[in-house]
Amino acid sequence: MTGTTGSVLSASGLRKEYGEGVALVRAVDDVSLEVAQGESVAIVGPSGCGKSTLLYLLGGLERPTAGTLELAHRRLEQMPEAGLARLRRRALGFVFQAFHLVDELTALENVELPALLAGASPRTARERATDLLEQVGLEDRAEHLPSALSGGQRQRVAIARALANGPAVVLADEPTGNLDSAATTEVLRLFEQLHADGQTLVVVTHDERIASTADRLITMRDGRFVDETKLTGGTQRTVAEIAGLDG
Amino acid sequence: MAEAAELPDRESLQGYQLRVVREVLLALLAGEASHGYQLRARLALALGPLAGALNDGQVYVTLNRLEKAGLVVSERVGQADKPDRRVYELTPAGRHQVTEWLGDTSWPKPAPAEFHLKLVAAAAAGLADPVGLVNQQRRALLVGLAQAQRAALAEPDASVAALLLEGVVLRLQADLRWLEACARYWNEAKERR
Repeated sequence: MTGTTGSVLSASGLRKEYGEGVALVRAVDDVSLEVAQGESVAIVGPSGCGKSTLLYLLGGLERPTAGTLELAHRRLEQMPEAGLARLRRRALGFVFQAFHLVDELTALENVELPALLAGASPRTARERATDLLEQVGLEDRAEHLPSALSGGQRQRVAIARALANGPAVVLADEPTGNLDSAATTEVLRLFEQLHADGQTLVVVTHDERIASTADRLITMRDGRFVDETKLTGGTQRTVAEIAGLDG
Repeated sequence: MAEAAELPDRESLQGYQLRVVREVLLALLAGEASHGYQLRARLALALGPLAGALNDGQVYVTLNRLEKAGLVVSERVGQADKPDRRVYELTPAGRHQVTEWLGDTSWPKPAPAEFHLKLVAAAAAGLADPVGLVNQQRRALLVGLAQAQRAALAEPDASVAALLLEGVVLRLQADLRWLEACARYWNEAKERR
């Protein structure tokens, strides 16, 4: 099905309910979202606001109770599981708080895995993985197991893996949640670089600091979008004032 | 304290655009006599991308005023092929001021009371939705946070200016956390009504 918008990811009236009757919980309640090609969007809210559930819906990892969802001009919400799995592999990259690397595989093997699963030749997959590790600055860690890497390095491997099949959108769930301040900076710099290269990004986090590098920040409370801020308009003057350099 | 009487009072120092520039120049001079250009370069390094907040003449104007206030003295030093430059040195009164500054624990005040009262008054008088005011304030802080965070990410490793930017980021983060609590409270207040 062909999409009607220029968005690479598009959701309308998205709803996700758990339980029923008096125990009914609307984790995601009538959410609509358009993400343009090359845009970076952050969805922020306190824990339990439904942002992770939303990310799972957007990524086709869970099915919505109601609403429509379109990724790379394909409708997702009714797609059979096999087709959905193929589309996820081809068009999406996932980055999770807990990295989810395969412990028994080296950094390079972890990164080439999605390409192999998508049917790339071992040689193509290896070349692509080597390039990606270089892009995240870990070419010298290719043969290391995850256990031999720092948290920040593991997350960079996970980001390289997310890029393995040239995804239309990278979806990240609290990507720096397990990282200290220095490693967080590494990951944020990497996201900035990806964004500059035109990668479409959607990040959910409870931390405004992580979200503040996005083009657009959406605030979520109780399953709904309640506010939206464009983050591209500030001036150095604003920062200088907060720093106490304001006359 | 005996020397205190010799110090110019705070009032007479009004007109300095930046108290902090005055204090830091004195403190830098406590290490060694320097000329304006050196001092300016030190400040610029410490402030990194925020150095633009100081206008170019600020260091020289401030030094001039510090001299009039008796906190520094200067001497013209000739240079081969270049105009003379002025080298500044701390006076005992200036040194005393530096000691006071280092020991001063006053802290720039975040001002939650004003915003808090604005929300209370807006709700009581039915002037505006407090949650709307919180969201508006939050947007403004988020734009500042984005600016500071981007500037921090652009700094090289081990940059001293990055430390200042981190301070700005952490402060805004704390304010945003409080605004989240405000939003929660006033949302619930709406439901209670």
